[in-house]
Amino acid sequence: MDTLNTLLMGFISIVLINNLVFTKFLGICPYLGVSGRIDMAFGMGMAVTFVVTLSGTLTWLIDHLILMTIPGLEVTRYVCFILVIAGAVQLVEMYLRKFFPVLYDSFGIFLPLITTNCAILGLCPFINLWEVGNLLEAVVLSFGAGTGFTMAICIMAGIRENLNLADVPKSLRGAPITLITAGLLTLAFMGFAGMIK
Amino acid sequence: MANERSNSSAIGQTLIAGLWRENPVFRLLLGMCPTLAVTAAVKPALTMGLCVIFVLLCSNIVVSLMRNLLKPHLRILMFTLTISTFVTIADLFLKAFQPRMSETLGPYVPLIIVNCIIICRAEACASKNGLFISIIDAIGMGIGFTATLCVLAGIRELLSTGAVFEIQILPLGENGGWFTPWAAMSMPVGAFITLGLLLGLVNIISRKKT
Repeated sequence: MDTLNTLLMGFISIVLINNLVFTKFLGICPYLGVSGRIDMAFGMGMAVTFVVTLSGTLTWLIDHLILMTIPGLEVTRYVCFILVIAGAVQLVEMYLRKFFPVLYDSFGIFLPLITTNCAILGLCPFINLWEVGNLLEAVVLSFGAGTGFTMAICIMAGIRENLNLADVPKSLRGAPITLITAGLLTLAFMGFAGMIK
Repeated sequence: MANERSNSSAIGQTLIAGLWRENPVFRLLLGMCPTLAVTAAVKPALTMGLCVIFVLLCSNIVVSLMRNLLKPHLRILMFTLTISTFVTIADLFLKAFQPRMSETLGPYVPLIIVNCIIICRAEACASKNGLFISIIDAIGMGIGFTATLCVLAGIRELLSTGAVFEIQILPLGENGGWFTPWAAMSMPVGAFITLGLLLGLVNIISRKKT
């Protein structure tokens, strides 16, 4: 019961309170770039959730089972992380192309783009920083991070679809108004701060 | 650009391109995460900028030297491996000589690996051009990025604490002055909105120029 509680709290905290996009500025590039339409945003969110869960778990395992047990090897941490992520993305891409061609087509360009998504590489040092102690917690946190990202990018896409109808000053059209909208959205999510210690 | 290598005006243009015409943050919208995350004050912004210049310079040199050996489908992997090696160096250097700054920047130093600017320059410039042009390009882009970070950080630090580079400029209310700090400016909200308005300003200026 106690572990379940911790896991649930961790999940809610990373989805709402420590949302990677709103408070840590991770994954801003796709957040601004592919949030034009809600279906594309959802596709991106799903792809990120999948890869982040996989790579978050794998990097935790590698970090704790290999890098931390051999002294001096911790230096290579970032090189290992990026290799794992690039490998995971490549694997997912190959697997999807072979077995789920429809899904693969709908993901399209998003899959290779994920390699350079900061949300994924960013989560690995954060998991390290928060001193996540066991594997289950790392899995739940990684999944929560992906869910939080999906939620953020979908909200943003919904707003931007309506923003197309609005009369925005000429010089603010495009990226500037998106950033200002993101700012206001962040302000709203600040209301969750301090909900869980 | 490769065949104009000896042409000094081309070199000057490459250098200046990063500052304004192809400014990585304002024009290409690259490297947004560090831009937003470390600009609460000028000092971390400057440190981040210097780290990026170092990594960009080294990775451009290495990529440019090995550009003829690269296999197309393994290109990106080689880029990221090169970059992550130099980022590790920068990270360890900061940890050793600037431990407090390293703590402030936290995970954003390793995040330089996925900073799109560096991969973009490796792909768009260093893998096609010679060593010399790649170095010039890295310096131009790096300075452009750093300058942008510092402008953004300067505005945010001034409005959130009334100070720039930790030197008090606006007299604070609690010390008998008139300035009330905007706490929101040091939070994520301030980052997004300041950058949005700055981009708008850049749009206005560049439209007037043409």
